[in-house]
Amino acid sequence: MDSREIIARRIAKEFKNGMVANLGFGMPTMAANYLPEGISMTLQTENGALRFGATPKIGESDPDVANAGGAPITLLPGASTFEMDLSFAIIRGGHVDITALGALEVDQEGNIANWKIPGAFAPGMGGAMDLLVGAKRVVAALNHTDKKGNSKVLKKCTLPLSAAKCVDLIITDKAVIEVTDKGLLLKEVGPGLTVEEVVNCTYADLIISSDVKEMDI
Amino acid sequence: MANIQTVEEAVMNIKDGMKIMTAGFLGVGAPLKMIDALANTNVKDLTLIQAVSAHPGETHDIGKLVKNKQVKKFIGAHIGTCPEIQEQYSAGTLEVEFIPMGTVVECIRAGGAGLGAVVTPTGLGTEVEEGRDKIIVDGREFLVFPPLKADVAIIKGCKADKLGNILYKGTTKGTNTIMALAADLVIAEVDEIVEVGEIPADNVGTPGILVDIIVQGDSHEERKKYFEDLWVRTKKIR
Repeated sequence: MDSREIIARRIAKEFKNGMVANLGFGMPTMAANYLPEGISMTLQTENGALRFGATPKIGESDPDVANAGGAPITLLPGASTFEMDLSFAIIRGGHVDITALGALEVDQEGNIANWKIPGAFAPGMGGAMDLLVGAKRVVAALNHTDKKGNSKVLKKCTLPLSAAKCVDLIITDKAVIEVTDKGLLLKEVGPGLTVEEVVNCTYADLIISSDVKEMDI
Repeated sequence: MANIQTVEEAVMNIKDGMKIMTAGFLGVGAPLKMIDALANTNVKDLTLIQAVSAHPGETHDIGKLVKNKQVKKFIGAHIGTCPEIQEQYSAGTLEVEFIPMGTVVECIRAGGAGLGAVVTPTGLGTEVEEGRDKIIVDGREFLVFPPLKADVAIIKGCKADKLGNILYKGTTKGTNTIMALAADLVIAEVDEIVEVGEIPADNVGTPGILVDIIVQGDSHEERKKYFEDLWVRTKKIR
């Protein structure tokens, strides 16, 4: 199982029946494929819909029904569509139960950077800053280390922040970490890893939970 | 009565240096025919205001205007899907003002709703704060953004009646009505123009008093084929 699948499968464990969720592109969207049995969620897309379903087949797309990536979607029974001022009122106003977003860096204060690498990558923040400020629960998803093995879970983010002190849970390929008032609490380690191995590849200070488990994915 | 014009007539209202709002989200629900007509003019130095930029994959939507170097500034939340904007932004030939998506939408709404500012927690503690005022309301800190207005808004609906009442479908309600409120001149491109009374009051998305000019865009069937082809080419559907 590659790191992306580990992360996507573990994000899916955070989903509870009846939640309203907004999932970022990449691993968070992949997580919808691993919904636990019996769990049904309402997915929101910030361009203006609730309760969307799978990608249509060729020949069945509707030029007026798409997601926030500009790709065609289908609307499920009970769906609603609305204007973007309402869509962001839903987001900013605290009516989304959970958002999972990809991250470039996170830190032990719950800060997250996911929109800009100065000089290299500046696509714009899109709707991410609103989701981070408004969603009731924020899950940050990222590989634990970069290709050189440097930790992306830091004492202090180095990249421009997307929002301050907003992350509730960090899910990486190596760990599940809760952001608490006292700091980062290591609750789970990745498949086959020891607590020591996770601590050794993490630059942030970790509080070790009294009952650290291996990720159940 | 709204004035029914051809896209070629309507586009003559757009002049050098104007601020233009265009509806749509990555090309979906965008007034593509009006944008094509604008791309066929020599109008330049435009400021474009949108939630996001054009669709990924190819020159489409406002990407055409940028490719033609008709745009001097883009105000919105995201340019990552529009190679033309990214290229000119990196080269320093096009200015971009990034505003978080929910905020830019509210700034447009405030512009047309007679409000003095948008007061939002989004962007606090980030570089979005730079150069912005902050205020404290009931002990909580907020960023203050001025309203956005435009000379012309180009919106896109499914149907218009001859009074300018607009009906939308699917996920394309978008920013149409708030842009119609925020601009001095409002041009609505639609798939179909119908008689007054054919759009039931319950289904009117944008009231006709906000719309000045209606233009006939491509039909729903033409757009279905256009988007299906685009989505197959860009591997959005398989």
